[in-house]
Amino acid sequence: MSKNKKAEEPFIPDFDAVDTFLTPWATQAETAWNGQIVTMGILVSLACGLIGSFIVVRKLALMGDAISHGILPGLALAFIIMQSRALFPMFFGACLAGLLCSLCIEWLQKKSILKPDAALGLTFTTFFAFGVLLISIYGGNAHIDPECLLYGEIGLIPLAENLSIAGIQLGSRPLVSMLVVTILVIISIIVFYKQLLVTSFDYTLAKTLGLPVTLIHYGLMLLLALTIVSAFEAVGVILVISMLIFPSVTASFFFTRMPAILVSSLPLSFVYSIGGFFLARWLDCSIAGAMVLVASLCFGLGWGFGPKGGLAWQLFHRLKHPHPSIIERTNQYPIKE
Amino acid sequence: MAWAILSLFTFPLHGEQISAPSDSLLERGYRFLTLSDESVRMVLLGTVLMGLSCGIMGSLIVTRRLSLFGDTLSHAVLPGVAVGFLWSHSKDSWAILAGATLAGFLGVALISLLKKTSRIRQDSALGLVLSGFYALGICMLTRIQKMEFGNQSGIDKYLFGQVVGLSSTDLWTMAFSFLLILALSIFLYKEMLVAGFDSEYARSIGLPVDFLQYLLWLLLAFAVITSLQIVGVVLVSALLVIPAATATLITDRMRPILIWSGLLGCMAAATGAFVSFLGSQLPTGPIIVLVSASFFLSVLFFHHRNGLLFKWFSSRNRNHRIALENTLKAVYQELESIDFQKESVSVGQLAKRRRASMPQAHREVSALVEKQYATLHADQSDSPASPKPVLISLTPKGWGTACRIVRNHRLWELYLTNEARYAADHVHDDAEKIEHVLGEETVRRIERILSNPRKDPHGKLIPSQRDIDRGFIS
Repeated sequence: MSKNKKAEEPFIPDFDAVDTFLTPWATQAETAWNGQIVTMGILVSLACGLIGSFIVVRKLALMGDAISHGILPGLALAFIIMQSRALFPMFFGACLAGLLCSLCIEWLQKKSILKPDAALGLTFTTFFAFGVLLISIYGGNAHIDPECLLYGEIGLIPLAENLSIAGIQLGSRPLVSMLVVTILVIISIIVFYKQLLVTSFDYTLAKTLGLPVTLIHYGLMLLLALTIVSAFEAVGVILVISMLIFPSVTASFFFTRMPAILVSSLPLSFVYSIGGFFLARWLDCSIAGAMVLVASLCFGLGWGFGPKGGLAWQLFHRLKHPHPSIIERTNQYPIKE
Repeated sequence: MAWAILSLFTFPLHGEQISAPSDSLLERGYRFLTLSDESVRMVLLGTVLMGLSCGIMGSLIVTRRLSLFGDTLSHAVLPGVAVGFLWSHSKDSWAILAGATLAGFLGVALISLLKKTSRIRQDSALGLVLSGFYALGICMLTRIQKMEFGNQSGIDKYLFGQVVGLSSTDLWTMAFSFLLILALSIFLYKEMLVAGFDSEYARSIGLPVDFLQYLLWLLLAFAVITSLQIVGVVLVSALLVIPAATATLITDRMRPILIWSGLLGCMAAATGAFVSFLGSQLPTGPIIVLVSASFFLSVLFFHHRNGLLFKWFSSRNRNHRIALENTLKAVYQELESIDFQKESVSVGQLAKRRRASMPQAHREVSALVEKQYATLHADQSDSPASPKPVLISLTPKGWGTACRIVRNHRLWELYLTNEARYAADHVHDDAEKIEHVLGEETVRRIERILSNPRKDPHGKLIPSQRDIDRGFIS
């Protein structure tokens, strides 16, 4: 992937185990600071991974991409109307815009002759363009940093204002809101597990069982929008999509049952967050980016060596059972009289 | 929320201006239209080239259901940009172009490899490659920015695009890639068409399908990379998808789609450049995308054949006509139930037969009267009911239409039972739908096939052309 890394020595700093692994936890203040970053990473990848398992099965993997871009005009409008960066209007505006974006996509897919992928690509880019335009006209004094929007800065999480309710310090605000959303996601998946499973895998069966499929779909979309809105300030709008897709796709190389895939997003989120933190510490680069790099690495390992359809196993299988002759293959599918 | 995005350090907004804000609107418009400025000429040429290339390439990928490949490609080139920058230590050079092309190519190849060797679906594969490559690029770029030579700004123009920074080298690159794309779409049109729509057939007549596919991706990468500098990573896929999607709404032949898409892309780019030049603070990229989207919306709603408004009107007209015909049929059946002894039925009887409320029946009847299918008059007979019921009589026009609908219905029922071997109690629903759309010619043919029948499967009389002409059934 990066041939240059070896050639350009200064590009890859020397690996210093003490500086990478121990210095972040040397003092209490640093432990608190870095602990918050790692916790945020774990929460983001856990919530996204859980929601993403269902999203991927429903073939909506790129809906996450679309919604995460579609929230931009909502953020901008909330800021312009309220003239402040107050928490709830921004959150509300972003969720509303995200939902609106997904509604527009579905409407176009249903009402026009456009292909589904064209409808998706068309809608979210238009939303994004509108958001960028709003920010550049009215947001001149809002200090909205578009770059941060695109790839986030998890390293600034501990700098956020503290949230306190009734005098009790709850901790950094993004961390608290992410925690709330993660708990919400876990609870809704536990409560509505059966419904989500049936509607995701067999739409027709779900309809004949009398499940409210449309309601479940929009509930899931709302949950997705909530997760994206609270996660994107840490990992940015583009990397949110990787946290949605990577965990479940990686897990599917090891397990085929939904509960196992869901549960495995917990250890994976620890690996992503902690691994990404140390990698970024070593290379001195974007933490969110490094988290996704670790996720890609895990995915590569799964793709290569996973027992369920990994490349190595496919090869092994082929060596063990050499190519069946044409007669064997025809015998495999006997013609019914 | 938002403190992170509303960040601590103010970035120069990527909505840079290509005109000095001090000029008046008219003056700026004049300057743009006369092309007197060197910078205006550069910007206009750049955006138009970009619109044309992206439009043409977009039509090729949208019709192949690969719309989101452009999005993936535009993100996947980022590590290549970083590698090219590391290699050459400068921001505009062929090294970056080469690196970006290579990275984009690698990304697309990885997607097809993933699809071939695993059960991962295409949309997930696109997302994986998009975000994985992008993350790698972000890591490399943030690393570069912390190294001594990386301090010069300009590398971030690949993320958001800058129309101002357009150099003549960039323009030459764009012109070069546009010419390649034009050559492809002219000289390899037939091959691309076959390979895109029926790759099995193309393979069987000996076309190098894989080679064509790679060629398409290479040119797509060129189009994306050259446009990246103007509109940035996200909006480049808009330039690919929106004009092509608009073109597929306008026509369904490939050559017109190709031409429309190129034209729309070019028009949107030029208009966008003009508007952003007029306004003092408007960023070019988003304006171009929004102009393009407004073209799309106007076609979506107002196109004379495929537009949603047109479809809505025609479906409303159709529903209106079907409702009228159903009322007429009910009047006919009511008359039939009294063996055509009287010439009129009351609104109450009609409501009962239609299973509708009285106000509903009144509305239906007044719609009939409005179209001159029927006339209303008070009951002249000396019936005891104190408010005399209102009677409906069919005009000759109404009678003809009613007979025709009933005839269509019963003929079709007979056709289904006799020729298609349907059970007699299964034919009604089908006939109920088709009675409104059977044309005269089809009716003649069915009559010939059934040798001018008089009775339907339920023993009811089928009105003939003679009955229609005479105005009564005997």
